[in-house]
Amino acid sequence: MNYNVNEKGYYGEFGGAYIPEMLYPNVEELRQNYLKVMAEESFQKEFHQLLKDYVGRPTPLYFAKRLSEKHSTKIYLKREDLCHTGAHKVNNTIGQILMAKRLGKTRIIAETGAGQHGVATATVCALMGLECIVFMGETDIKRQAPNVARMKMLGAKVIPASSGSKTLKDATNEAIRDWINNPLDTHYIIGSVVGPHPYPDMVARFQSIISEEIKVQLNEKEDRENPDFVVACVGGGSNAAGAFYHYLNKPEVGIIAVEAAGKGIDSGESAATSALGNTGIIHGSKTLLMQTPDGQITEPYSISAGLDYPGVGPMHANLFASGRGVFISVTDNEAMQAGLKLCKLEGIIPAIESSHALAIFETRKFKKDDVVVVNLSGRGDKDLDTYINYFKL
Amino acid sequence: MNRISDKFKNNKKLLSIYFTAGYPKLDDTVEILQQLEKDGVDLVEIGLPFSDPLADGPTIQASSQTALQNGMTTELLFRQLKDVRKTVSIPLIIMGYFNPILQFGVENFCEKCAEIGIDGLILPDLPLAEFEEHYAEIFKKYGLLNIFLITPHTSEERILQIDAASEGFIYMVSRASVTGNSAGFGAETEEYFERVASLQLKNPQIVGFGINNSETFQQATKHTNGAIIGSAFIKMLSEKGKDGISAFVNSIRKV
Repeated sequence: MNYNVNEKGYYGEFGGAYIPEMLYPNVEELRQNYLKVMAEESFQKEFHQLLKDYVGRPTPLYFAKRLSEKHSTKIYLKREDLCHTGAHKVNNTIGQILMAKRLGKTRIIAETGAGQHGVATATVCALMGLECIVFMGETDIKRQAPNVARMKMLGAKVIPASSGSKTLKDATNEAIRDWINNPLDTHYIIGSVVGPHPYPDMVARFQSIISEEIKVQLNEKEDRENPDFVVACVGGGSNAAGAFYHYLNKPEVGIIAVEAAGKGIDSGESAATSALGNTGIIHGSKTLLMQTPDGQITEPYSISAGLDYPGVGPMHANLFASGRGVFISVTDNEAMQAGLKLCKLEGIIPAIESSHALAIFETRKFKKDDVVVVNLSGRGDKDLDTYINYFKL
Repeated sequence: MNRISDKFKNNKKLLSIYFTAGYPKLDDTVEILQQLEKDGVDLVEIGLPFSDPLADGPTIQASSQTALQNGMTTELLFRQLKDVRKTVSIPLIIMGYFNPILQFGVENFCEKCAEIGIDGLILPDLPLAEFEEHYAEIFKKYGLLNIFLITPHTSEERILQIDAASEGFIYMVSRASVTGNSAGFGAETEEYFERVASLQLKNPQIVGFGINNSETFQQATKHTNGAIIGSAFIKMLSEKGKDGISAFVNSIRKV
């Protein structure tokens, strides 16, 4: 089985482009051009140059010696936390801003939850001198003040999304509505592997640099390209898509996706889509999502704003449904403890999203000579307030 | 002949009203339909509320949210409409987003619609290709028309494709905008109406989005067969309730 997208924009039964006709020309323009543009030599050159000189790639693949000893296995951390702006998000925004320029777009819109994707978008817009508008839920604006300030410093206009629950889902709705209202000059930089085809595939390709580097780096360190397992957290799923990408069709590599159980799967406050969701349509894509029996999309909860999304990208829905990926979920507390453990053992403060991936070692035993790569998707600076309040530091 | 197609026979400029089921009050649905028919409205779109209405502006978003808070569901709507054909004879269309229908089961949904006497569906986020591949046969089996949208940016080639796949009428979105934009129509919109008229499509066209008074109704129907009013009607309902319906409809019809 092939776990990449097919020519119709589907991963198994998931994906497609369930969009109102108003968006058809924009999405169709992108669909017809994205692979062509990405294949251009000049595009590849500019993309990789920026990833190297501006983002700071390749990010290290770090052997976490003390963490490995603690869990009696071989743990490597892919250090996406060392990317410029503090997370893997910028890999995608660099790619998409270059795409937008080649399509002749002059105005950029984006959605953001915690503000990481908003900051990464504002950053590349500043870099390229393009107008930038970021939609952010009113609730999130209040709880993520530093990132709102960052976006403003970078020249972006932050527009509060005051509809619905006023969080990421609603910010995404507002961005889509803006795109309907401004179809000609605007490119919408979606921050995850969600949305109508070709977004999930395009974003996964931009993020695939993560596993491309892992292959090379693991070869240098372990004399093998393939780890036994690759582990990543999944909200919408962009860092996971990047970490899994080059291993999707290699059955010898175990794929483990970690979702946010929030206060527990049965608590009513959770974001564990694979456990709680079923097939439906969210933001233009047929995928797994959390909803009522009547088909109304429900509000997720996680202590980590980056995992606080009621769906997963269609690639992940297919990995789950086909059994290719193992999906587990960890609670707020398990994630917070795992994050603190990494601080003490390795001197790295992880983003709470990434702490979810690290919590795998508390719930699952690996063999002594297993090589396990964990995608450390972001750094914890943005989460200091949450860590402080949680641990009464 | 389908009730919808029947309406277009005598060349009248049709007035269509959209409202959200379950708004302002949960049980208003049938009474609103009866009043609209009495006031001479030609067809009605009954909005099935959805938590995340992507193509809608603030007015319809808010009415959808209120309707859901009131307790509206797909099942309840069908229960409310069970006997609607005893008192209402104008064409009825259900307009909604695809996810609630997918959860209800597309075939179940269509079967229910046929039982009640619903004439067609407008599902803005179910695209042409998906419809034709997966659902066209089910719609046909239950005698439901599927109404597609076109916009000022839809290419001529695609308009022709949509025309070929359509029955009943084509829903012409007046401008690149979500619902509830009341900025009026400029020369660009006029040019779009003329351009589509010149294509001599096999289906009649009804204009929606941005029609909020008799003036915009006149403009929208100059080159087309009718117009749909949604947000402006809902705004009126939230201010005046059902008692305001007659005056509202009359104000649109007056020249």
